[in-house]
Amino acid sequence: MMSAHTATRRPFLRSLCVLAAGIAVSAGLGLSDARADVLTDIQKAGTLRVAVPQDFPPFGSVGTDLKPRGYDIDMASLIAKELGVKIELIPVTSTNRIPYLTTGKADLVISSLGKNPDREKVIDFSDAYAPFFNGVFGPEDVKLTKAEELAGKTIGVTRGSVEDLELTKITPATATIKRFEDNNATISAYLTGQVQFVATGNVVAAAVNDMTKLRRLGSKFLIKNSPCYVGVAKGEAALATKVNAIIAKAKKDGSLNDIAQRWLHAPLPKDL
Amino acid sequence: MAYRFDFAPVFEHTDLLLAGAGFTLALTAVGAVLGIGLGVTGAVCRAWKLRPFDRMFGLYVEVIRNTPFLVQLFFIFFGLPALGVRMSEWQAAVLAMVVNLGAYSTEIIRAGIQATPRGQIEAAESLAMTRPQIFRHVVLRPALAKVWPALTSQVIIVMLGSAVCSQIATEELTFAANFIQSRNFRAFETYFVTTGMYFVMALAIRQLLVQLGQHYVVGRAR
Repeated sequence: MMSAHTATRRPFLRSLCVLAAGIAVSAGLGLSDARADVLTDIQKAGTLRVAVPQDFPPFGSVGTDLKPRGYDIDMASLIAKELGVKIELIPVTSTNRIPYLTTGKADLVISSLGKNPDREKVIDFSDAYAPFFNGVFGPEDVKLTKAEELAGKTIGVTRGSVEDLELTKITPATATIKRFEDNNATISAYLTGQVQFVATGNVVAAAVNDMTKLRRLGSKFLIKNSPCYVGVAKGEAALATKVNAIIAKAKKDGSLNDIAQRWLHAPLPKDL
Repeated sequence: MAYRFDFAPVFEHTDLLLAGAGFTLALTAVGAVLGIGLGVTGAVCRAWKLRPFDRMFGLYVEVIRNTPFLVQLFFIFFGLPALGVRMSEWQAAVLAMVVNLGAYSTEIIRAGIQATPRGQIEAAESLAMTRPQIFRHVVLRPALAKVWPALTSQVIIVMLGSAVCSQIATEELTFAANFIQSRNFRAFETYFVTTGMYFVMALAIRQLLVQLGQHYVVGRAR
C-alpha cells in the first residue's frame, strides 16, 4: 500500500501500483522497504500534506476568513515549520481521515485522532500531542484530586453520557450525582451554582470558559483519557521518529503549551 | 426487523420507578395544598376587589397562565440564582407547581365565588353570622363545591406536568424512566410501564379528590 502514495498524481500509475501492491501482499512480500520513505518525499516536494478537521472546534474549524483554524492546524503548521517545508491542509471528516492516510493522499493525519487497537493495525501513531479527556471540573480554588473526595459533594452530569456511566461506577455512595437532560442544563446548573462540580469533556469545558466568565471550569481529575496522536502511514519509521522529535521539542520549549493555552484555555497536562 | 419485547430490564428497576412515583405524588400533594391555598387567597382578592391585591393577583394570573410551565421552572432553577435565590431541585419543582396551580385555581375559584348571589351574604349578615363564619360557610364552601370538578382536573394536570421537573434533575417518575432508559435502551418498555403508572396515579388522585370533595366540600355545602 505504501507505493500508492506517490502514484496519486497519475491515475494510470496508481492503478498499476495498486495492482502491484495487491500482488505483493498476496505473495507475502512488503513493498515498503523497497520504496523511498515518505519523509524524503516530503523534503523533496517541499510540502507537507496534512489531513485536518474543519468541523470540530477547537481542534479544527473554519474561521471568519474561511481558513481552517484550531489546535490541529497550529500543530500541523508547527511540524511543517520544523521540517522546513510548506504546509498543505486537506480538510477531512472523522470517517475519512484514516483512508486519506492509507491511500497516500496525506502525509500525516492531525485530526484529534485517538489511539485504539483497531486503528493501530492500519496506521502508526506518534506520541500524544493534545489532551482529550472526560473529567471532573469545578471552581479553581477548590481542591479535588480523586473520585473518593467527592463524598458529600454534589456533582452534575448529563444523563446517559460516558461521564455519567463512568462516574456512577467510581463515586462514593455519599456523593450526590444530579443527572440533567442535556449538556446545556448540566453546564447551566454549574454556572448558576446549583451543583458544586460537573463531569464533562475538556473540550466542552474549554468552549464554556471561552464563552462566559460566570464561573470558571477548572480541571480536577480525569475520568476517561483518550489523548490525540498524529497518524503516520504504517511502517514510516523515519517520519514517525521525526514527528516525535518535533513533538518532544515543542513540549520542552513551551510552544505546544502555547497552542493548548490558545485553544483549550488550559495548560498542557504534565503527564501528556 | 421484528422487535423483541423484553420487560425484564425495566422491572429490574422497579424500586426506582416506585420511588419516582412516590416522589411525584409527594410533589403533587404539597403543590396541590399550597397551590389551592394560594388560589383561594387570590380568588377572594380578585372577587372582592381588595386593592391593591386584586391588581397584583390579576397580573400574576396573566403572567403564569400565558407562559410555559417549563420556562417558569427554568426561571426559578437557573434564573433566580442570579438574584442570589438558590434552591434545590425539589424546592424549585414544588415552588413552580404551587405558583402554576395558584394562578389557575385563582381563576377557577373566583368563578365559584362570583356565582354566589349577593343576597345570600346579606341573608347571613341579617342572621348575625360573624364575618369569618360568613366567609367559611356562605362564600367559600359553596364556591368550592361549584368548581370542585374543575379543581380536580387542574390538580391532575399539574401532577402530569410535574414530568418536566425531570429536566432539572428532580428525581420523580419521569426522571426514573429516563434514567432506566439511558441504561437499558428499552424505550418502548420503559415508557409503556411509566405511562401505565401515570394513568393509574391520575385515576387514583381523581377518585381521592372526588371522595374528599363529597365528604368535606360538596356534601356540607348543601
